[in-house]
Amino acid sequence: MYTFSNKLKTFSIILMVLGVLGVGYGFMTSHKSFEEVETLLAEEAHHGGGHAEEATHEVANTHDTHGEEAHGEVNDHKKHVEHVQHQIANRPWSALYVAAFFFMMIGLGVLAFYAIQIASQAGWSPVLFRVMEAITAYVLPGALIVLLIAVASGTIGHYNLFVWMDPDVVAHDKLIQGKSGWLSITGFTIRGLVFIAGWSLYRHFARKFSIAQDTAEDTSNFKKSFRIAAGFLVFFIYTESMMSWDWIMSVDPHWFSTLFGWYVFASMFVSGITVIALITIYLKSRNYLEFVNENHLHDVAKFMFAMSIFWTYLWFSQFMLIWYSNIPEEVTYFVSRFNDYKLPFLGMVVLNFVFPILMLMNADYKRIPWFVVMTGLVILFGHYVDIFNMIMPATVGDRWFIGIPEIGSILLFAGLFIFVVFTALTKAPLLVKGYPLIKESEQFHY
Amino acid sequence: MEAASKVLHAIYTDDDVLMSAVKKVKAAKHQIEEIYTPFPVHGLDRAMGLAPTRIAITAFLYGLVGLTVAIIMMNFIMIEDWPQNIGGKPSFSYIENMPAFVPIMFELTVFFAAHLMVITFYLRSRMWPFKNAENPDPRTTDDHFLMEIPVNGNQEELESLLKETGAVEINLIDKAH
Repeated sequence: MYTFSNKLKTFSIILMVLGVLGVGYGFMTSHKSFEEVETLLAEEAHHGGGHAEEATHEVANTHDTHGEEAHGEVNDHKKHVEHVQHQIANRPWSALYVAAFFFMMIGLGVLAFYAIQIASQAGWSPVLFRVMEAITAYVLPGALIVLLIAVASGTIGHYNLFVWMDPDVVAHDKLIQGKSGWLSITGFTIRGLVFIAGWSLYRHFARKFSIAQDTAEDTSNFKKSFRIAAGFLVFFIYTESMMSWDWIMSVDPHWFSTLFGWYVFASMFVSGITVIALITIYLKSRNYLEFVNENHLHDVAKFMFAMSIFWTYLWFSQFMLIWYSNIPEEVTYFVSRFNDYKLPFLGMVVLNFVFPILMLMNADYKRIPWFVVMTGLVILFGHYVDIFNMIMPATVGDRWFIGIPEIGSILLFAGLFIFVVFTALTKAPLLVKGYPLIKESEQFHY
Repeated sequence: MEAASKVLHAIYTDDDVLMSAVKKVKAAKHQIEEIYTPFPVHGLDRAMGLAPTRIAITAFLYGLVGLTVAIIMMNFIMIEDWPQNIGGKPSFSYIENMPAFVPIMFELTVFFAAHLMVITFYLRSRMWPFKNAENPDPRTTDDHFLMEIPVNGNQEELESLLKETGAVEINLIDKAH
């Protein structure tokens, strides 16, 4: 049995407290009045920073429309300031949402990985089942929090994440009106609850059968677990796809991509596997997993390596198809990312592809714990940036920065994640018993 | 090397017996010249103490060669030699048009890595179409395992050791023709 060390518990609580402070600070400082934003923009134009272009544009505008449309010009200025004001107000919401989604997707990715291990009757991984089960304990609270933030942004907040939730916007937008059959807050909430219910039910029963198998005389629990894993995987691939449209793609309601669901899946899968590796290495270093050896680590690291490449494949396929055909209605998605997010957009390809492919290609390096930990941390940071790149351009535009609201949100959910996962680890022995493939797994040798 | 021209051929009929025989012969500090098996025996190379293969390293380097070839080729053809406007693609610099080149960069990397590695394997293991088979006993391609040990005037001692390890047949072969 694992005991949640007081040190780690305190650490997770400190993270949560710091996170709440950071998130609070983010919300406190994001409510700028019209005048404040006006002076901010004037200052930026004066300094000639990122907004130099806009400034000259405005000057040119004054000359052209001199006298005639002074009224319209004032209107334009008002619109611009209000636009920026809204972006500034969106930032703490988006920061919170990105971090919440990131940690939820780790839990969900591990749940899918766990189901695949059972459905494929993998012989190497049963010694890691309890670690996986503990990580998936975060799916229910994590996904509920994500849905809650999304719905709250459209009810309590001022439509800070999803513009299609704003009836004012929809009234003037033919495109969103055409999609309103899918994009409505009621439908969004109901679908979200159905997804979460399905995932959590599978998690609940898989865990129950796994624990029941520990003391069972026969393998009936294993068989049940196998059957629901196969069923869950079918359910998962549909709901994961729809979840990615709802929770991520709809922040840009004018844009769509067909392989988006797979792309989000690749991101969650590789992050989930990385977290399995990190927690396994942590527990092993505390002498809780003496049955786990470097061969298991080697296999997990191979998955990290392969799924990093799979993610890159999907990222590039999506990017290249849109870049190549350059259809205006699709390409704006990447134009805004390329213009305003160059470093995170291209940086994540280095973090998520170049780094892992070079670090984890050598078979010997995959067996060295500190090497896997180092690469794993880079991969996790890279996939945080990935989610950041999906959400932020649609909500805060060029007003992005990784500052106190973003780091605070990461700390908050990291603390919650550690707390939930390590509490779940204490609930059951760390080695499954009576699982038909456990002997093979314990003696696994590559 | 006069003495080493004589070798003993110990024949086994089971890979498990062979494995334990290898360990015993190694423990007795006898040199094993060669082992012939009909199929890969897992762990045999480790038991014999063979050095690990470096073919994966060569494949990585060949892949880098392929990547370089692809980049230099397309940079010359599409950017330097005749930078035509083809359907509005930006051919002002390599990086601007790079996404269109990635499929070829990828394929050539794989092509070079795979093919040059295979050719390296053939060269290093001396395999080619009209090569004379080096097969001391045809049964080793079907269901027998053969261990070849050079004799350095210790024939009796070796023979008794090999008998002990479960060899079904021991032959003395004079290699000097």
